[in-house]
Amino acid sequence: MERKAKYTTVSIPLSLYNRIKEMIKDTGFTSVSQFVIYVLREVVASYEEEKQGTVFSEEEKQEIIEKLRKLGYL
Amino acid sequence: MVSRPHGGRLVNRVAKGNRRQRLLEEARELPKIPVDLHRAIDLEDIAYGAFSPLEGFLVEDDYLNVLDNMRLSNDLPWTIPIVLDVNPQQLQGLREGDDVALVYRGDPLAVMRVENIYDWDKKEFSVKVFKTDSMKHPGAARTYQREDKLVGGEIDLINNVPNPFQEYTLWPAETRVLFEERGWKRIVAFQTRNVPHRGHEFVQKAALTFTDGLLIHPLIGWKKPGDYRDEVILAAYKTLIKHYYPQNVVVLSALRMNMNYAGPREAIHHAIVRKNFGATHFIVGRDHAGVKDFYGPYEAWEIFREFPDLGITPLFIREAFYCKKCGGMVTEKTCPHGGEYRVKISGTRIREMLKRGEIPPGEMMRPEVAKVLLSFDKLFVEEQRRD
Repeated sequence: MERKAKYTTVSIPLSLYNRIKEMIKDTGFTSVSQFVIYVLREVVASYEEEKQGTVFSEEEKQEIIEKLRKLGYL
Repeated sequence: MVSRPHGGRLVNRVAKGNRRQRLLEEARELPKIPVDLHRAIDLEDIAYGAFSPLEGFLVEDDYLNVLDNMRLSNDLPWTIPIVLDVNPQQLQGLREGDDVALVYRGDPLAVMRVENIYDWDKKEFSVKVFKTDSMKHPGAARTYQREDKLVGGEIDLINNVPNPFQEYTLWPAETRVLFEERGWKRIVAFQTRNVPHRGHEFVQKAALTFTDGLLIHPLIGWKKPGDYRDEVILAAYKTLIKHYYPQNVVVLSALRMNMNYAGPREAIHHAIVRKNFGATHFIVGRDHAGVKDFYGPYEAWEIFREFPDLGITPLFIREAFYCKKCGGMVTEKTCPHGGEYRVKISGTRIREMLKRGEIPPGEMMRPEVAKVLLSFDKLFVEEQRRD
């Protein structure tokens, strides 16, 4: 059974659409939508990368360092 | 800085202290669902954050998204459905919203909140994940043996799965601290289920020239008959590192994770998991995670073009060979000499020589590694070396 992915519509100027359409010829992108999704995902991921927070507390870190020492990794 | 965990937060579903005690007591009273070693391994990988952002087994919406679009329902890349299959008879009386105890070999391993009970089409799963439903494909064959219902929901791990390789096991929080303590910012991960030959060593060292450290991360867990045994792989790498790597640039750690042989989809999965361990780069092999001739040799490279938002950089390094004229390991890009000078590094040939008890030529495998391999009675899963 084939299911349809969920999509919504975003408007871009027709002139930009035409520039992209011209640009993606022979690049492997099969449509303007595919290209726009690719670029937006790249931009969003790069933005999210910058928001890196702390992964664990100082106490947890010290416990881990102790284990790493015992195992000979440090 | 090491990679940000996939989805932004390193998942930790390992219950500790009083909470663990309370869940252990609760688990005694809860309905019980037995799990096999494969699902027990999935549980640990979820709980310790190797599968971040997953907090449990996939619910139906995520499952269908992964199957159809190779993404979770929140659009994050995810290519291998991590699902809990259950015999419908064991679900009698169970409703969405209930808690259950997941039991491995009679002991409670985790508590799961049942968010979703749903059907799956094993043929569709196989065709989409493995690109085939042939029973000759080990992943597809195993899929058909699984139970008929899927159950999705968050888990809390209350016991660890017995692990024969405890001293080699590091979880994502631990490798992240290790890399930080060593001052590594760019870390390249190498996935393997093979013993190292000179080609592997070349690829790893090529990647090391522009990174700070190398994580050699062999998969420990279920493998198909004929694959090298876990302890053999670890011993071989330990020897290679001892003799041929500076000790301060390499970490050897075992990753207990199921091998699916899903080729391109699994290459993405392997990269995501290593991102969670803190790697910034990931070496994608030729026919990565492939089996027999189910996938093209570079299909696993091509699929990365669909994921500009993966958050880990794939490294595609061409097959290396030994050139007698150059006097070392080279690739097509670095060696101008003809076939008469080239020694192809053939995993199959090495395997055949080891089976006969012979040491492969030094151009193919380091003699120290070969000697260690030949010291094992059993090199392969369910196979014995002929003496």
